[in-house]
Amino acid sequence: MLKYLLKRIFQMFVVLFVVSVIVFCVMSFTGDPVLMIVPPTATDAQIAEARIALGLDRPLWEQYSVFLGNLLRGDLGVSYMFKRPALTLIVERMPATLELVFLSILISLAVALPCGVFAGARPNSPLSRAIMGGSLLGISLPSFWVGILFIFYFAVEKGLLPSSGRGVTGLLFGVPFAFLTWDGFRHIILPAVTLALGTLAMLIRLIRAQIMEVMRQDFIRFARAKGVSWSSLLFSHALKNALVPVVTVFGLQVGSLIAFATVTETIFAWPGMGKLLVDSINTSDRPVIVAYLMIVAAMFVLINFIVDIVYTLIDPRVDLR
Amino acid sequence: MSEYLLEVKNLKTCFELFRGTVKAVDGVDFTLKTGEILGIVGESGGGKSVTGFSLLGLIDAPGRITGGEILFRGEDLLKKSEEEMRRIRGKEISMIFQDPMTSLNPLQTIGRQIDEMLALHTDLSSAGRRARILELLNEVGIPTPEDRLDCYPHQFSGGMRQRVVIAIALAANPRLIIADEPTTALDVTVQAQILKLMENLVKKFGSALILVTHDLAVVSEMTHRVVVMYCGKIVEEAPTAELIRAPRHPYTKGLLGSIPRITGVRTPRLPQIPGMAPHLFDLPKGCSFAPRCGYATERCREEVPAMRELSAGRRAACHNPVSTEKRTAGNG
Repeated sequence: MLKYLLKRIFQMFVVLFVVSVIVFCVMSFTGDPVLMIVPPTATDAQIAEARIALGLDRPLWEQYSVFLGNLLRGDLGVSYMFKRPALTLIVERMPATLELVFLSILISLAVALPCGVFAGARPNSPLSRAIMGGSLLGISLPSFWVGILFIFYFAVEKGLLPSSGRGVTGLLFGVPFAFLTWDGFRHIILPAVTLALGTLAMLIRLIRAQIMEVMRQDFIRFARAKGVSWSSLLFSHALKNALVPVVTVFGLQVGSLIAFATVTETIFAWPGMGKLLVDSINTSDRPVIVAYLMIVAAMFVLINFIVDIVYTLIDPRVDLR
Repeated sequence: MSEYLLEVKNLKTCFELFRGTVKAVDGVDFTLKTGEILGIVGESGGGKSVTGFSLLGLIDAPGRITGGEILFRGEDLLKKSEEEMRRIRGKEISMIFQDPMTSLNPLQTIGRQIDEMLALHTDLSSAGRRARILELLNEVGIPTPEDRLDCYPHQFSGGMRQRVVIAIALAANPRLIIADEPTTALDVTVQAQILKLMENLVKKFGSALILVTHDLAVVSEMTHRVVVMYCGKIVEEAPTAELIRAPRHPYTKGLLGSIPRITGVRTPRLPQIPGMAPHLFDLPKGCSFAPRCGYATERCREEVPAMRELSAGRRAACHNPVSTEKRTAGNG
């Protein structure tokens, strides 16, 4: 186990190194941040001065080695716009994104598990067909459109829920979270549901397919021959066997939700990391973009690692080595 | 109550498929007494397994039991609700499946899988169940059962898994066990052990056993009586010894003839039944076996033969049953 752990940690570093190279190269081809920073009236001399001050005059490999050196010390650079460390900016926004993602995941699981299991167990019932039709909509409809529709209906027409912002936040371990206050909770509902829809729909389809596959297996028939009840058959025999592929996809989905909550956060003006990313791209705030991508990459790697551990908890046949 | 534990009368199970209706079991009758071992023999697709599953009410859509009666201890199982059947499955009638590699849940310990059966059908406390599980595992010949309780199926060999399956089938002390090709997936050496084990346990527990198999060697060693099925119908029924010595239906004769013999006269080629079993979608007009039968006459191709009593306890559905004296090369 320890050997496996060390191997995985080594792999994580390799992946993050490769990501850092790619991110750094791609970023240096996109736009000139110097022009965004200096005032429009700046002279050529002033622009050149700013370029030198930012270190952007040096060759790419040199810029990269400085970046890497700083990275290893935990320094991801200073935002051009905010004049504050990029890492701090992102970490400040992280709770907002994480609570949004966490709630979306809860919604997805709470809906997808029962719906998927039911649709898989009774594929021909009208309710299953309705679930499958609904999930197709959930997959096909783009979240920006659904989000706008939600705002139009629930916020503008009915005035039931607020359309933007995070509302009043409460403190937990000194970190502000919106879901702790009633006002904040009302603010989080629409973006969380919007964000959940795609994942939810995909999980329903995946769980259904897996349950249908498992229900054909011999051991299910054998369990029925033992006199096991229908619900126990589904939840204690079939579901666990259906879960391994579901966990894989679910892990990847959690990663993408964190990384790409961007669209939803922009629509609902949710002050999370995604919105910070979009703002930073608009202003060519390179250190923030690079730092954001590095952090997201690290999260992906970490989630995949957790998924692998979860496999072993589900399936005794999986051997990590 | 009747003298029989199980009486199957004119059982019909159909599968409604896209291409049409398949009569997988077409008017099957047989009886079984307590403690008796009955063999159901035939080629693949002959309706043997479907008969077994029909008894437990485990026929899934598009399949359906369309007629007949299954009298178990005098009560018709076909009239029972799903909930009532659930209490009969495992407790009164249990089943052993063909492939031990797939019939156990891979994600549950074997202890838990046996425990589930006991929890469903007995009033034992959890300590009592544990003691019973150890006893059962010991009974089926699993060494050091205490250490094996928390093992998963993949940590067992095929033969060991089938022993576990047998332990599960016996756990609630059922009156009838249906074994669907219980040794087909096992090594030959293990086959013999498992069969011996089943025979002994059935005797010890006083259960009746239906052994569904295509293996006549297995049948000849274990069963008291044999039912031979072909294309969903019973073609011959007889006490095992008599059937082996003098088969009356040409199909049975063909099956027996295609077993290689070590002793006696060596034939240059192993005899086999010519042709293939017809597809259940397009059965021939008369006797289903007629196209492959060396004894077939014009009548066989026109008229479905009815089941006839040939002698006490022997019956066959054939217009021209093989005479007990005649030794023709015909099919055999």
